Amino acid sequence: MAPDNDHDHDHSHDHDHDHDNHLSEMVLRVKALETLLVSKGLVDPAALDAMIDAYETKIGPRNGARVVAKAWTDPAYKARLMEDATAAIAELGYSGAQGEHMVVVENTPTVHNLVVCTLCSCYPWPVLGLPPVWYKSSAYRSRAVIDPRGVLQDFGLTVPDGVAVRVWDSTAEIRYLVLPERPAGTEGLSVEALEELVTRDTMVGTAKVTAP
Amino acid sequence: MNGVHDMGGMHGFGPVEPEANEPVFHAPWEGRVLAIRRALGAWRKWNIDAGRHSIETLPPADYLRMSYYEKWFASAIKLALGAGLITERELETGQRDPSVPVKTPPLTADKVMPAIMKGSPTHRETTARPRFAPGKAVRAREINPTGHTRLPRYVRGRQGTIERDHGAHVFPDSNSKFEGENPQYLYTVRFAARELWGESANPGDAVYLDLWEEYLDVA
Repeated sequence: MAPDNDHDHDHSHDHDHDHDNHLSEMVLRVKALETLLVSKGLVDPAALDAMIDAYETKIGPRNGARVVAKAWTDPAYKARLMEDATAAIAELGYSGAQGEHMVVVENTPTVHNLVVCTLCSCYPWPVLGLPPVWYKSSAYRSRAVIDPRGVLQDFGLTVPDGVAVRVWDSTAEIRYLVLPERPAGTEGLSVEALEELVTRDTMVGTAKVTAP
Repeated sequence: MNGVHDMGGMHGFGPVEPEANEPVFHAPWEGRVLAIRRALGAWRKWNIDAGRHSIETLPPADYLRMSYYEKWFASAIKLALGAGLITERELETGQRDPSVPVKTPPLTADKVMPAIMKGSPTHRETTARPRFAPGKAVRAREINPTGHTRLPRYVRGRQGTIERDHGAHVFPDSNSKFEGENPQYLYTVRFAARELWGESANPGDAVYLDLWEEYLDVA
């Protein structure tokens, strides 16, 4: 067994090394393109910095968590959210790129919703930020529609047979946000404390919100 | 096009592997690529549908091998070359063609957040009447266009039910070719999982897609 193990080790080591070389090549290629584009006056490097800062610090799943916690605690807001999600989400200051037309789908004791984009990786950026690697993976994009219950098992979530699974394939410019179920035992929590419970995956539909 | 990007229902890609505490970008170059592609988009030389098609037309083996941001990088170059913003020679040498005057970028730092907040809505006003009402049984057309389309293979020929009418939206199949927005009604269509995948699917499960009127027939 020992020689085989050594071989495996060497192999994976080489593979990692190739991977690192490949990534450092990307660093150089991206830098070269940016330098060319800046020299031609096609892009402003300060605008690139501002764009990156927006998605690293301003636009992410905490936005969606605010929407969810408000819907849980404000029935009139929830009604507006289910009727016209784009407008209701804009009330909290979130709008625009990759969330121009929003729809909210609600999880209940009998319905579990799951969002995917089988054709690319469409995702509701204003409320969830940029998509995680797994959402963009071939595995998720291929299986979410044909085997959603198996995909949920990959996340450790078992949906009982009696609960209907609804998969939303984002094939147009409508973007979907799952309104997860508010867990029992959270009646006394503040809106801020509720927001803390709402994770990204609960708003894509690959997890349930759990009480603290 | 019947491309490798149309992945719904394929087997063989293994389990989904979530990453704990995943960063927004795994390396700084990924953020630069995102920002470069969007900043180039501000020149309005192409649209989102043409942008998607530029990724779908990467060679299939490259598409499967590349990460998301590698695909965005390859796409940014294809789009910029195609629009004449850069030349092959400039790309090879890394040096700008001195005979072309230096331009002024349309997207400056102060315009980034307003541009993000505004986005690019695809809803359009129309005087046309919707062909289908919620509850109507429809069948996705069995079509195989060689250009860009948002009708996935796994629903073509299958019967579903109109769930919701979203009004008229820009039609990607024509917009991707710069042949006009051709706005037409967009519907959420519900397909029973058993209609798509057969008897092994859970009887209560369903898949919902947003499909344009031109993709649908009366069932």
